[in-house]
Amino acid sequence: MVTRADYNSPEAVTWCPGCGNYGILNALKMALVEQGFEPHQVVIFSGIGCGSKLPRYMKVNGMHTIHGRPLAIATGARLANHGLKILTVHGDGDGYGMGLSHFAHAARRNIGIVDIVQNNRVYGLTKGQYSPTSDRGMRTPTSPEGAIELPVPPLALAITMGATFVARAYPGDLRHLVWVLGEALRHDGYALVDVLQPCVTFNRPSAYDFYNPRVYKLQDEGHDPTDKVAAWQKAFEWGERIPLGIFYQVHGQPTYEAQVPALQAGPLVAQPLTKLNAQQIDALQKELM
Amino acid sequence: MQATLNDLVIRIGGEAGHGVESSGAGFCQALTRSGLYVFGLPDYHSRIRGGHNFYTVRVSDRPLYAHSDRIHLLLALTEETITRHQDALVPGGAVLYDTRLKVTAEMMARDDVLYVGLPLSEMAKEKSGTELARNTMALGFAAGITGLDLGGIESVIYDNFARKGQAVIEGNLDAARWGQAEGARYAAQFPFKLQARPDAPRRLTVSGTQAFAMGALAGGCRFCAGYPMTPGSPVLHWLAAHSARYGVAIKHTEDEIAAICMAIGAAHMGARALVPTSGGGFSLMVEALGLAGMTETPLVIYNAQRPGPSTGLPTRNEQGDLLFTIYASQGDFPRFVLAPHTVEACFVAGWQAFNLAERYQTPVIVLSDHYLAVMTRTLEADAFDWDAVEIDRGELLTPAQLDALEEEYKRFKDTPSGISPRALPGHPKAVYVSDSDEHDESGHISEESAVRIQQMDKRMRKMVGMRAEMGAPLCYGPTDAEITLVGWGSTYGPLREAVDRLNARSPKRANMVNFTDLWPLPTNKAHAALAGTRRRIAVEVNATAQFATLLRAYTGIEMDDYIRKYDGRPISPDEIVQALEGSTPKVVK
Repeated sequence: MVTRADYNSPEAVTWCPGCGNYGILNALKMALVEQGFEPHQVVIFSGIGCGSKLPRYMKVNGMHTIHGRPLAIATGARLANHGLKILTVHGDGDGYGMGLSHFAHAARRNIGIVDIVQNNRVYGLTKGQYSPTSDRGMRTPTSPEGAIELPVPPLALAITMGATFVARAYPGDLRHLVWVLGEALRHDGYALVDVLQPCVTFNRPSAYDFYNPRVYKLQDEGHDPTDKVAAWQKAFEWGERIPLGIFYQVHGQPTYEAQVPALQAGPLVAQPLTKLNAQQIDALQKELM
Repeated sequence: MQATLNDLVIRIGGEAGHGVESSGAGFCQALTRSGLYVFGLPDYHSRIRGGHNFYTVRVSDRPLYAHSDRIHLLLALTEETITRHQDALVPGGAVLYDTRLKVTAEMMARDDVLYVGLPLSEMAKEKSGTELARNTMALGFAAGITGLDLGGIESVIYDNFARKGQAVIEGNLDAARWGQAEGARYAAQFPFKLQARPDAPRRLTVSGTQAFAMGALAGGCRFCAGYPMTPGSPVLHWLAAHSARYGVAIKHTEDEIAAICMAIGAAHMGARALVPTSGGGFSLMVEALGLAGMTETPLVIYNAQRPGPSTGLPTRNEQGDLLFTIYASQGDFPRFVLAPHTVEACFVAGWQAFNLAERYQTPVIVLSDHYLAVMTRTLEADAFDWDAVEIDRGELLTPAQLDALEEEYKRFKDTPSGISPRALPGHPKAVYVSDSDEHDESGHISEESAVRIQQMDKRMRKMVGMRAEMGAPLCYGPTDAEITLVGWGSTYGPLREAVDRLNARSPKRANMVNFTDLWPLPTNKAHAALAGTRRRIAVEVNATAQFATLLRAYTGIEMDDYIRKYDGRPISPDEIVQALEGSTPKVVK
């Protein structure tokens, strides 16, 4: 039986004390164990940023890649080996800024990836600039007079783009985060888990004291995750009350990889890699005659 | 005027949308089936309709390596075809034009050329129900005036229109036959003849694009991701057309960054992955190229060059990406850059690139260009050596080897060759994370100077083995020639013919050295090939003689003169010969 200890890495964690990423790391290990995945069956692609160091702090397969691109890299990995569980872990700058296009396309593709976005609504590793999900008016080194743009609405965007699993969780409620991640791991297709990640160093106004009194669980209030319009409306609820849980989930939508002809014979990497046979060569030569 | 047999050039010109390119390609196939050798070259603008497109077919009894600037027969679907190209006609040449065009007496400016007007559109509509058959009719005319048997053209009509039904086939056959009969009426006034060689063996008609894609498939390419960009994406089209049958996963991505990233993900998992693109797309891929270098991910990138900077000349030709390709990315890491010189060499590069990528766990860039990608040549049926194809995955650990592993698996283990035995993700004994940050042997991030030096040295040490893999440049012509023409990649064909022509005029006038394995530059082999050369002249299709710069930087060998061409058109043997007669500096205009 796989245990949490199987996922322990010797690498020293470099996050700030109190960072929300500790909870995300623990919850992910717990969810993987609960869902019965062993470390060698899981591949995590992360971007660049504090949170993207997460696969470093686990015993797991993966690649710590470049800023904004882990979803594209994970998509190729999934197409090459859909026999393994593929995850991406990255921040809001990575996923909703630089990687916004890959995010929108992954959602409409329904590629089998669990996409975990550590959304702290600020750039941490580069020291506190405003992010695509920062509030309007937020004063930072790159917005000294206050941020002008509207924040990116990731959940509404994912639903609009055709994502089949759209959820939000919060490490202040670890058990709930583990449950959401577990449901995402069980989902067949693209699954977005937007995690409200407190950054106690660069975004203290949006840390635990802000979230704790505001968050509530959609599933406690009878939200129907198959109701797309209700999900979309809930995706814009932000203020006195902030919903957590599964906003939207639709089952039975075919995944991208299930529809690729070359993958019908099994994962690409499991198919034999041999020279073309005489019949195939003959057919190719005839095309040119 | 000198009468000739099986040595002429035919050009068909019209607007985009007139089917000029498919007619030209079909004609190439028809002539090959007639036992002749062709060199076909399309010329087109970046637009869907209008403008001026043309296709030039050179025909011979011997294999052809290059195009020619002189033409014998011009088939004009537009007025512009006449005014633009009639100066290229040899004395005694002919122009066929559609009488529906507004061709004035002033337009017919040559008094040593035969102008023939025929109601092509009208008769095409009558014969086949569509004016599009006028192209077929024009090709029939070419057969008639040159005396060529119609068999080759007919067989291509049967094949190309098979899916459109018997009526379309019949209509086109009628159009071709009518054109042939009309052409035959002028045969006595046209001294350039074609004769089928029915006893010739069956041969192939192949473009560089087809050859490269087929070579990649033969080499086990299982994943191809790309974003449409001329002239790189036809490789994606070819593999897509063969994907279901041969088990290749194809992804037309949201952009070129996604294309290379997906290929890196696929390659990391163990699939042989290819990214076809052109310079603008490659520019977008550069950050991820460095990721492949840092994570030692085997990857093949095909860059069919077109003139830059920026959008440049989208449908035209240049060898302008050489130095960029060799140096692209921040930091140092090993890479291969291969520049196949012929259609046949594109096939070999297609499969060899994957072996090099996996043996050295690093990116391989195949540098083609528009000329090589779109040129269509007749090749012998055995031009592709399928038996020579190998699939060598290098130091890839098998599941059995991993099962037997006793110690911790170190993905980036320091070794004498710099190559670390590679495990694919998915085995319980080799669970690891690769990193774009500098990392230690196990893959863990480290900023320690000792680790940095160890891993940088380990990666760069691969260059020793890589350089030894690089082949010598191709030498052609007499060894003790007065001048040595130095080129790389696709200039091989034009240089080869230029050398032949120069030596036919004056023995031992010229030889050539053409480089194909560019990086790591095989410096010893370069020295050996150029030792004793008397006067070296770089011939390159770019503005700054980029290869000459590279050669001088790494070998100290200097050029005595340069022939450069950067108007977006491929250099021809005629232009090389003419440039050698002109003054310095030599810029082909």
